[in-house]
Parts: sequence; structure tokens; C-alpha cells
Amino acid sequence: MDPRRYSRVIDPKVRQVGFCPRSGQVQNQSGPTGPSTSPPVSHISPSSNSLSPVMIPPPRHPSDAASRAVNVPAAATTPLRPRRPSFDDPNNNSSSTEQLVVSSYNPDESVLGTSPPFSGIGDDRDGDAESEFSDNSVNWIRQNDSGRFPLSLAPDGRFDSAAAKEKQSKKPQVGSRKERGGGQTAEVRNDLPSESKPLKEKTSKAERRALQEAQRAVKAAAKAGGNKSKAASLSAHEQTDKAAKLPLQRKDDGPVTSSAAVSERRGGERPPEKDRKKDAPAPRMQFDDKNRVEKAKKRSVVKQTEARNRVELFRHLPQYEHGTQLPDLESKFFQLDPMHPSIYKVGLQYLAGDIRGGNARCVAMLQAFSEAIKDYSTPPEKTLTRDLTAKVNNFVSFLIECRPLSISMGNAIRFLKSRIAKLPITLSEAEAKSSLCSDIERFINEKIVIAEKVIVEHAVTKIQDGDVLLTYGSSAVVEMVILHAHKLGKQFRVVIVDSRPRFEGQALLRKLVKIGVSCTYTHINAVSYIMREVTRVFLGAASVFSNGTVYSRVGTACVAMVAHAFHVPVLVCCEAYKFHERVLLDSICSNELGDPDAISKVPGRMDINSLHDGTNKENLQLLNLMYDATPPDYISMIVTEYGMIPTTSVPVIVREYGREHLLI
Amino acid sequence: MDFQVVVLAGGFSKTLVPLVSKEVPKALLPVANRPVLSYVLELLEQNNLKDLIVVVESESAALLIGGWISSAYVDRLHVEVAAVPEEIGTAGALRAIDHHLTASDILVVSGDLVCDVPPGVVAATHRRHDAVVTAMLCSNPVSGSTESGSSGVKDKAKKRYNIIGLDPTKQFLLHVAAGVEVEKDVRVQKSILRAVGQMDIRADLMDAHMYAFKRSVLQEVLNKKEAFQSLRRDVLPYLVRSQLRSELLLNGVQSEENGNDKDASQNPKIVLSQLLANASTPSFHELHALGPNGFSLSPRKTHKCCVYIASNSNYCVRLNTIQAFSDINRDVIGDASHLSGYSFSAQNNIIDPSAVLGSKTTVGPQCMLGEGSQMGDKCSVKKSVIGRHCRIGSNVKIVNSIVMNHVTIGDGCSIQGSVVCSNVQLLERVVLKDCQVGAGFVVTAGSEHKGESLAKKEK
Repeated sequence: MDPRRYSRVIDPKVRQVGFCPRSGQVQNQSGPTGPSTSPPVSHISPSSNSLSPVMIPPPRHPSDAASRAVNVPAAATTPLRPRRPSFDDPNNNSSSTEQLVVSSYNPDESVLGTSPPFSGIGDDRDGDAESEFSDNSVNWIRQNDSGRFPLSLAPDGRFDSAAAKEKQSKKPQVGSRKERGGGQTAEVRNDLPSESKPLKEKTSKAERRALQEAQRAVKAAAKAGGNKSKAASLSAHEQTDKAAKLPLQRKDDGPVTSSAAVSERRGGERPPEKDRKKDAPAPRMQFDDKNRVEKAKKRSVVKQTEARNRVELFRHLPQYEHGTQLPDLESKFFQLDPMHPSIYKVGLQYLAGDIRGGNARCVAMLQAFSEAIKDYSTPPEKTLTRDLTAKVNNFVSFLIECRPLSISMGNAIRFLKSRIAKLPITLSEAEAKSSLCSDIERFINEKIVIAEKVIVEHAVTKIQDGDVLLTYGSSAVVEMVILHAHKLGKQFRVVIVDSRPRFEGQALLRKLVKIGVSCTYTHINAVSYIMREVTRVFLGAASVFSNGTVYSRVGTACVAMVAHAFHVPVLVCCEAYKFHERVLLDSICSNELGDPDAISKVPGRMDINSLHDGTNKENLQLLNLMYDATPPDYISMIVTEYGMIPTTSVPVIVREYGREHLLI
Repeated sequence: MDFQVVVLAGGFSKTLVPLVSKEVPKALLPVANRPVLSYVLELLEQNNLKDLIVVVESESAALLIGGWISSAYVDRLHVEVAAVPEEIGTAGALRAIDHHLTASDILVVSGDLVCDVPPGVVAATHRRHDAVVTAMLCSNPVSGSTESGSSGVKDKAKKRYNIIGLDPTKQFLLHVAAGVEVEKDVRVQKSILRAVGQMDIRADLMDAHMYAFKRSVLQEVLNKKEAFQSLRRDVLPYLVRSQLRSELLLNGVQSEENGNDKDASQNPKIVLSQLLANASTPSFHELHALGPNGFSLSPRKTHKCCVYIASNSNYCVRLNTIQAFSDINRDVIGDASHLSGYSFSAQNNIIDPSAVLGSKTTVGPQCMLGEGSQMGDKCSVKKSVIGRHCRIGSNVKIVNSIVMNHVTIGDGCSIQGSVVCSNVQLLERVVLKDCQVGAGFVVTAGSEHKGESLAKKEK
């Protein structure tokens, strides 16, 4: 099994590890962790709203609430759960839903809540550094508790105050433990401040690493029960405190009781997970894995020269020497026999950047597929279902080589494949083909064209006379909303925020000015100045993930955060076919890298283009990210064709309507 | 990929007169002992284009070329050789084979092209932009090295340059003026200039005569404009000129895009095409079509003329002058040796194993000696191509020259920068410098020629 595959699934739980103090401790036992890079709680002042862009506020996670709700011994059992992808686990969800409701999830609280995850990881590292972590861990529990105090005392944290009370009642005990713990803790504390400061910005990277370690730990835990028990007994040896011992002892006889339970649970879960894997798009290639890259290269149609100077943090994403792919693909025009011309054309247009934007790319792809299906004929001795699926796979891998697929395209492909798979065998070839073509047409029509219209109808109700709307870049749906609102005679003003290097907003600006909408155009640098006068923010999205994260053109997160700081409602317009069950916590794990030259080159400014000549310098790495992830806390509402929903309802849409793709 | 390939092989070109004769049409002129047409055919074969139409002017040439193709490519290519009358021009030739054209796009390649640019790039550019015509341009060849170039030919070559106008992205063709027109003022259409805003005018590019045409458009133009004779001089400039006020009936996406805005909301297809159009950066064509307000009631019809500019690292030359002929021969065994298809020896030359060399005879690098040729003693060959079954006496110096098949060269001859055609006899002590000797000519002993064209009188 590819360990990387797990990372995405595990994310939420590991974050939860940060919330419940004990979990970190358990992790220590189960496996070694990497060098500590995350700051402890005490250094992130909980009251400050300053989030570094890569930090992600905690997801509203049922188990978070659960861990907060239960008292310490109970919490000690929860750590075993992080191994499981909780989001996909209906039992877990249902069991903790009441708690979810209790922990009213308001943004202020969530902002405050950002720090604990790091603290959790931080302390788990420290515990690791010192092999006798039992004492430390106890202390760290305490520290975490105290670190959480501001959070629980937050004015609107209704539930948390209750939890805090519980903890406060516990506190004396914990304190006494601390005294026993003695000198070691002092050491640890001394270590921390020096460690934390320079590492502050890198937190998310550290987090990722921690995730990896955690996975390994999970594996180790699953496999070597003996190992674990050894470590546990080692620690148990030094254990003096009963309360702290309790969970460890449980672990001690882990193979017998609790871990057996875990494995049971796992066993129960595995099959659905495997099923899911079939549906889900294959995990993204990790481009820092040399072996896989080599393999992929052998398979690939397009010859790709990888860019040399890549940013370390983003090595797992594909980045190619810009300008090498297109000529190569072009020269192979006549040599790619199995590729249908229309597919080829679309791929070429992706590669050259002629087609941009989630919807347009998806529509272009579907239309190309439909062309290809029309011209398809089943070779003798083969069945249409299988052969066509293989063909489509071929097409898709070709398109991926041209440009990584967007989530929306992934969903559309999934739909098409399921349609192909479900074709009745009794259909003749011509019937099957026409049914597929009409399916594709219907998908485009229902999921994109009509969906957009419905979204416009919904969104337009949120525009009132005198509003000042702000939009970022150029989203097709937002454009339609504005045009429609103008048609209805609403009096409003539009602020278009744009950014280098593409200046997509200018096209939108041109259109709006033409029809007589009063517009302001500015670049993203000025967004905090212009935000004062704005009353609504409308944003487009490339995808929405099931934790409510909005994945969109880079810069969107920034706009949403500024809007949130100014208490301006942020409405995201997104068709439901772009929703995905995946959970995304940061914009690092999955993203796309654009042409790095695009940011170093300023058109028309020869005087400052000197940087461009030095692109091949060894110590210069250019990063042109295409997307970013906006945390759900900054989004007031998502407008879909199913209505206007809060970010918390995204999983509902995915669950209730996601299957509908398949069952149309 | 739905492309059809037409190779225009020409006939008995007049510009190459002492080289081309009744027996050797232009397409069969040897370049490194291989007919020049084989370079195009092999390029196409490499690119998986195996169904070709070769159009030849005049029946007799068609017989010769057809015979050669069927012997050389018997089971490798599927070639149809079509003969058309002489002097009807390239456009006329295509008009004549009109009924053979069925694919949605036509790739027209000149038979005298020696290049290593894959035709796929032209086709891909064509498809990507959904263009009406895509032309391949390459940088002007540096004609003649200092030692070999004859001054008269050089001047001629200098006059033959084109003025080509490109848009700033170097993807669209805005202006073409060729040859003679350049002497006059260059007239640029205001409407195009206004729509594009900026035009690059280049004189350093050469039309490589590799075009991709949309079939429907090509046929329409050919049928409507009876007077059009040449693709390069008539059809291409016409398409470029009229790109913003297209009179062509285009089927496909473009006409849909330009469909009426009013029923746009009803017709989902138009909504989609608008959606696609919104997503891509519009070319000046689309902007112009929409008119100054972006919402004109009757959108103007446009079509796109694209170019593909071959990079300088590619080799791309046309064999259309005598100078070019010797240049290409020199390059194919020299700088662009990958085109020749031969493997070079350690001395960087090709000597057929059946060739016989006398004692103290040296064959320098970048030379080629065909099969069955014999050389006497104390000869010296530098940067030259010698064909099959030549008999060369002793003390002969051959520098920078092309000697075709079955040539007999007497003792003590000196040949520099010359082309000697098949079956020529050079008697003793002939000195040739920058000469062309027509097929079957006999040069008398001891004569000296410089910069002359020697050929048999046509009877």
C-alpha cells in the first residue's frame, strides 16, 4: 500500500489529535516522530486573529467536540480513533452529532481554536525527544489544558465553558502530578521557546510531516503490537501516576483489548473504503517520488522536461519546463493514432492555455468525449463496455498529461464511466453510443447550464439596492449573477479585484462597464482598503470539499479572509457537480503549479524584467501557485443549485446528491 | 486525424534549367544521391502519413515520378500520382484534383521541400485555432557560402524575400506580400491593423510551402475565384486580406459562435459555445466580430489565418534555385546530415563499399561517393557529392561540387563549385568554376569555364 494514499484521509483526525491532549501522547508510543517544528500553544496568542495564510483553522469535527466533551480518562480512549478517516465514517458522525451541535461553531471560536493542533503535535514531539515521556506527557496535558483556557473562556463558547469547568475541577490533580514530574518538564519548557519562533511560518509543513509520521505510527501500531507493548511497558515502568497509567495500561494489553477493538473497527470499515477507492479518482501522483515519476515518464505521451528549480515545499506537484511540452505534443500530431482528433485538440488547448476555467474545461472535455464516442466502433472480439472504458481512460491520461484535471472534470469523468459501465448489454452499439452521447449532453445541460441559471436565481436575491459587491478574478457564474441583477434593475456597484499574472478580472470589467454597471477595479494588494465600502463578496470556486474548504483561483482565500475581518458576508457560487467528498486542509497537498516565468516577467516593463533572465540561477525558485484553499470559516454561504447552504452542509450535498451522478 | 496530404511535386521547372531535363523532372533531382522528393515522402512517412496524393505537372514527368515512387516505396506508402497540365499553377493543380479531397483538412506540401520540421506541428496549430489556413514559415536560408556562391544567382536570391506581418503573439498572419510587390509600397489594411493594434513586420521569414487548409474553404475559394493560379501568390493573400470580412461559409464552431445573440438564451448549444468563448482569451478575430460594443446585432464574419514559425534549430529549405540545389546538397551531407539517412564513416563522409579509389586519392569529410564509382590516382575530393557509376581519371580535383550519375571525368580536371549532371563527359584538363553542365553534355579537352551554364542545344 502506498502510505501517501492515507495522508488525505487521516488529516482530520490528526488535527483532532491536537485538540485532545492525550492523543499526542499515544502517538509517541506508537512510533517515532520527526524533528519537531511546530510551535507550542503558549506562543500563539489565542486571542489574536492573525492567522498565517498556511495555518488552517480547525475543521468543525465531531470528534473534536467529543474529545472536548469527555473528561480525561474518556479522552484517553479517543486517541485510538485518529487512525480512522472519521469523515467517511457514518457511525462516528452519528454518534457525535449531538456534540457537534453543542459546540456551536462560530467563527470567533474557531479562530481561537487554531492553536491547539500545533500544540498537540509540538508536545508529541517533545515527548518523543525524551524517552521517559510519561511524566512529560502528563505535564503537557496540563499545559494543553491551560493553553486551552482562553479558548474555553471565549465569550461565545457556550459549550467550552462547560468543558472548562470540568477541566478546572481536574486541574488541581493535574497540578500535583506536575510537581511530581519535576525537573524534566522544566527542561522541556526551556527547549520550546527557542524552537518555536523560527518555525512559526512553516507550521503547515511540519504538520504535514507530522501526518506522515502519524501514518507510519498507525502502521506500526497495526502491525507490531509487540513493539508497542514494549514501549508501553517501558514507559509504564516509570509511570507513577495512576490516572495517567490507566490509558497506557490499556495500551499495554492493547493486542488483547483495545487495539483488538480497533482492528475490529477497522475490519468493519475496510471494505467500504476499498469500494470508495474504486469510485474516487486515483490518488495524485507525488512528483517527489522518483521511481513513480520515472514510471510515469515511460508511459507518457507528452515528453515533459521537469523544471529544475522547484520550491521545496511543492515538489510533490508536477512542474515542467514551460514551453517544452507544446512543441513536442504538436510534432506528434500524426503519431498518436489512438487519440481521437477532438480529444487531441482539447488537450492541445489545455496545454496552450486556450481553454481556462473549470466549467469551460469540463464542457470542452465532455464535448470531445462525445465526439470520440460518436466515432467509436467496437473492435471485433471486444465488448463495448470494457473497450470504451479503456479508451476513455486513455483519453483521460492524455488530458492529465496536458494539464492536471480539475475536480469538476474528475467528477464528470466518473459520471461518464459509470454510465458506460451501466450500459445494458442488450443495447446495440449504435443505441449505446447515442445513449452515452445524450447522457453527456444531459450532464452538461443539467449540471452546468441549468445549474448556473438556478444559482443566478438564488444569488440574485442577495443583492439589494445600494449594495457594493466585490468579486475576485473572473468567475463565469458571478458574472452571470451580476449581469442578471443589473437586468433586474437593481442599483449596485461592483468592485473587481484582480491579480497578476493573468488579469482575468479585466475581461469581466470590460463586460460590466459596457453594459453600464458602475465598477471599481483594483488589484489584490489594495483589497484591505477597498473592503471597507463593500457589502457583499461574491466568489467563484473550482471545487468545494466536504469539510467546506473552497478550492479556487489563488488569491480567493486572501479576499475571503479580509472580507471576514471586515465582517462582510462572503458568498461562494459553485455548481454542485464541483463538490467533492475529499477533505482538504491546506493548499499544499493538492494544487497546481503554473508557469513560473509568468510571475517573473512583467509585460511591457523591460526595465524590471532582468529577473527573468536569471531564471536558471540555482538559488532562485519561482512559485506560481494556481489555486488556494479557503477555510470554511471565512465563507458565509455557498450558493448551489440546491439552494444556499452553509459550509457545514457540503457533506450533505455530497452524500445526498453525489450519488446522483451515478444514478442519473 | 482526418488530414489528407497533397504533395505538389512540380514538373520541369524553368528556373533550374540546365539541371532539369526531359529525363529528370525537378522532383527527381538528386540530393545526396536521392531524389529530392524522397525527403518529403520520408518526412511524411515518419509522421505516419501514408496515404498521399502526389500532383505532378505534365504527363511525362508523372510517369517518371510515378515509376520511381512505385519502385522505391512499393509497400511502404500508398501514393496516388496525379498528372495535371503544365502551367496551371499550384492552385490550378489543387483545383484539378478537387474531387479526391475528402478529409476535413488538407495538408499541402511542396515536393521540393527539404526539412525536418514535423508536419504535425502545422496540423496541430491549425486544429488548435480552428484556422482556415495555417502556413509554415521558416527563417530565410543563408544562401551560399562565400566560396561557392556565384554572384549572379545570389542577386536573384536576394530579391526573393517576402514581407510578412504577424500579430504580437506570432500566431496569426496579418499581411503577406511576396516577391515583386515588395518593390512597391507596402499597403496594410487599416481594419486589420485597427483590430490587432500592433503588427510585427518581418522580412526574414520564408514561406516553406507547407500549408494546412480547411478543405471546405479551400474548395470554395478555388471554385469561386477562377483566376487564382498560385496558392502562395493568390489564395493565401486573399485569405489573409479577407480574414476580418470573411465571405466564406464556414461550418462548425465559428459560425455558431457568431450566431445571433437574441436566441442565445434559448439554444443551449450557443450558451455552451459562449461559455467556452468566455473562458478563452479571445483573439482579435473574435473581438472584431463582436464589433466595437461587444454586442453588435449582425456579428461580422471572420476567419483565422495562422502561422507556425519553425525554430532556427530546424532545417528547412526549398530547392527552387540552382543555388539552393548546391546549398542543400552541401548541407545534407554536412550540417544537416541527419536528413540524409546515411550513416557517416569515421572520416565524416560516405563512401560506398563498391566504389574504387586509386592510390593517393583522398576523399575529405562531408563528401559522398556513390556506388560503383571509380577514381584514379592522386585525386582529391572535398565537400562534394559524386553519384553512381562515375569514372574519374587521375589527378582530378573536385571541390564543393555535385557530380551526378554516370559522369566521365578525364585526367587532370578541376571542378569547383559546379554542378555536373548525369552522363556528362569531361575530357582531359577541363577547368570548371561555378558552372552548371546539363545532362549529356561533352566538355572539350582543355577548356576553361567560369560561371557558365553549359547545356546541349535543344533540338
